[in-house]
Amino acid sequence: MSREEIYVRLNEVFRDVFDRDDITVSDETTAADVEGWDSLIHITLMDAVEEEFDIRFDMKTVVKMKNVGEMVDYIIKGTA
Amino acid sequence: MQELQYPFDSRYLIKKKKSIKRQLLEQDVHFIDKKIAVLGGSTTHDICAIMELFLLDQGIRPEFYECEYAQYWEDVMFDNPELVDFKPDIIYIHTSNRNIRQYPLLSMSEAEVDGLLDADFDHFFKLWGKIESAYNCPIIQNNFEYPFYRLLGNADATDIHGRVSYINRLNERFAGYAREHKDFFIQDINYLSAAYGLDKWSDPLYWHMYKYALSMEAIPTLAHNVSNIIKSIYGKNKKALALDLDNTLWGGIVGDDGVENLEIGPETSMGQVYSEFQNYLKQQKDIGVILNVCSKNEEENAIAGLNHPDGVLKPDDFIVIKANWDPKSKNLADMAKELNLLPESFVFVDDNPAEREIVRTQLNVVSPEIGSVEDYIRVIDHSGFFEVTNLSADDAKRNEMYKENAQRAKLEASFDNYGDYLISLEMKGTIKGFEPIYMDRIAQLSNKSNQFNLTTRRYTRAEIEGIAGSDEYIDIYGKLEDKFGDNGVVSVVIGHKNGDVLDMDLWIMSCRVLKRDMEFAMMDELVSKARTAGIKTIRGYYYPTAKNKMVKDFYALMGFDLVNEDEEGNRTWEFKVPGDYENKNRYISVNQM
Repeated sequence: MSREEIYVRLNEVFRDVFDRDDITVSDETTAADVEGWDSLIHITLMDAVEEEFDIRFDMKTVVKMKNVGEMVDYIIKGTA
Repeated sequence: MQELQYPFDSRYLIKKKKSIKRQLLEQDVHFIDKKIAVLGGSTTHDICAIMELFLLDQGIRPEFYECEYAQYWEDVMFDNPELVDFKPDIIYIHTSNRNIRQYPLLSMSEAEVDGLLDADFDHFFKLWGKIESAYNCPIIQNNFEYPFYRLLGNADATDIHGRVSYINRLNERFAGYAREHKDFFIQDINYLSAAYGLDKWSDPLYWHMYKYALSMEAIPTLAHNVSNIIKSIYGKNKKALALDLDNTLWGGIVGDDGVENLEIGPETSMGQVYSEFQNYLKQQKDIGVILNVCSKNEEENAIAGLNHPDGVLKPDDFIVIKANWDPKSKNLADMAKELNLLPESFVFVDDNPAEREIVRTQLNVVSPEIGSVEDYIRVIDHSGFFEVTNLSADDAKRNEMYKENAQRAKLEASFDNYGDYLISLEMKGTIKGFEPIYMDRIAQLSNKSNQFNLTTRRYTRAEIEGIAGSDEYIDIYGKLEDKFGDNGVVSVVIGHKNGDVLDMDLWIMSCRVLKRDMEFAMMDELVSKARTAGIKTIRGYYYPTAKNKMVKDFYALMGFDLVNEDEEGNRTWEFKVPGDYENKNRYISVNQM
C-alpha cells in the first residue's frame, strides 16, 4: 500500500471518529491541529485505525508517536 | 437500531458512536429521561458514551455524572456536592480487580486472609449503605473479573492465598448483599469477561496507557450489559416471544417432510440441538415470558409438529398460535392485540432473514440475527431481552394468567349480556392502602404500564415505600380474583394531599382486567379514603403519550369535570367529593375475603 493510499483510508477514519467531513490529515498533523482531538478521543482513534488496517499498536509505539506521519510509518511497516 | 442488537460489531460502534448518537436522537421516540451517576475506579468516559447509545435505543435518554478519576468511594462518602446536586436516578459503580487494594500474601495465615476479605468487603458495604441512606436510588455494582495471571497456576482457585480464590470469595459476598437488598443489582462482569475472553477483556495496555480496566473493544459488551439492567429496572424488558416453527423449533419442514421426519429429540445431533433450544424456551416461561407461535403453515400441520412425541414444547405451552399464510407482520400485530400487548414487547425469532427483516421494518419489532441453530440460545440469551431485576411471584404465573384470560374470552362469547358474564366471573377484589408484600409488584406495575396510565410516572420500590409510609399521600392498590384464577395486583392509584385538594399522581391499571368494573371499584375506594381524610376536591391529570390514548377521557367516565386542556393535550380534571357518593362498581365484591 502506498502512502497516498493509506492517507485516503486514514482520512476516512478521522472523519468517522470526529464525525466531521472536512478533516484532512498529513504527515505533520498533530493532536493540536485537529479540534477536539483530546486524550479521550485518541483512544477511539487508535482503535479505529487498528481496525481499518488490521494492525495492532504496541505500547512502545503508542507512547512514542509524535504525529500522523509516524502513525503512517507504522502502518506501512505493519501492513508490509 | 439493528447495529445495536447483539451480536453487534464493537469496533463499528466505537468508531461511529457520534453519528449513531445523532441518528438515535433524530428518531421519533418518546424518551424517558434518567440521571445516571457513573462512579468508576478507572476511566469511564467511553463506557458512558457507548452506554448512551444502547440506552437511547431502549427509549431511555441518559444524563451522566462521572466522578473524577477513581473517586468512586470518596465522591459518595464525603458527599461531593456535585453528586448531591445531580440527584441521580441510578448509581452505577464500575470497579474492577484493579481496585482491590491488597491481595493475600503467601505468608498470611488463614485468619489474616479472612481479615483482609472482611476489610475489602467492608469498604464496599459502607459505600452501598451510604448510597442507600443518602440517595435512595437503585445501585448497580460490578463484581470482579478474574485476574489476568495466576501466580499459583491452577491452585490459584483453591489455595486461600490465590487471587482467583480471593475474587471468588469476594464475589460471593457481593452476591449475598444483593440477595438481601432490593434495588441493588450486581453486574456480573465475572461471567461477562469469561464469555468475552478474559485475555482480550483485560489487555493490560488499556490499563497502563489509559487507565481503562478493560480493553476498548470490550466496552460495548460491558455497556450493552449494564444498559440491559437499567432498561429492565425501568420496565422496558420484552414480554413475549413469537416463534417460527420450521427450522427454528425443529429441523425440517413439517408440511413437506411429515411429522415423523422432523429433527427433534435424542436420535440425531440435529434433533438434540433443537431439543436443547426448545428446553431453553420452555424455561423462559418460568420468568414470565409469554410463548407464541408465528409460522407460515397449515394450522393442522403446526399442531401436529408441536405434538411430536420427542418435542419439549407442546401446543399447551403457547398462548397464541398463529399458523397460516398471512404475512408474519400481520400475524404478529394481531397476536399483540389479542394479548393486549404492544408489538414492540415481542421478540420475533425466525431462521429466515427475509421474514426477520419484514417484521422489523413493518412493526419495529426486534428480531435478532440468530445465526445457525447451535447459536440460537447464545444470541437470545446474550441479547438480554428479558434481563431479570425484579422477579415477582406474578412472573412465574404469567403464562397461566394469559391462559385464564383465553378461557374468560371463551366464556364471554357464550353470554349475550355482558353484565351476566361479569356476574358469572364471581369476582373478588382486595382494594387497600399499600402493603409491604406488594411493594415489588406495585413498583413493577408502575414501570410496565403504558396504555392504562394517566400520567406515566415511574416509581422505584424505594419511592413506593416512601409513599406508603407518609401521611401526605393516599395510596391504593387493587387485586382482583375470579373463578378462573388470581390476577394479582392489577391497579394502583396515588394522590398527594394539598390542603383539602387531592392531586392525583398516578392511576394505572393492567389492561388484562379492562372492562371488569375494576376501575370503578378503585374510584369508590379512592372517594371513601378521600372523604375520611377531609378532601373536598380530587384533581386528576392526563398527560398524553404515544401509548395512553385509551384513557384520554377516563376521568370523565369517573364523573370528573374537565377544567383545563393545554395545546399539548395535557388535561386537568376535577371531582367534588360529594356527601352522598353512590358506589359505581356493581360486579366485584370488595374486601369481603
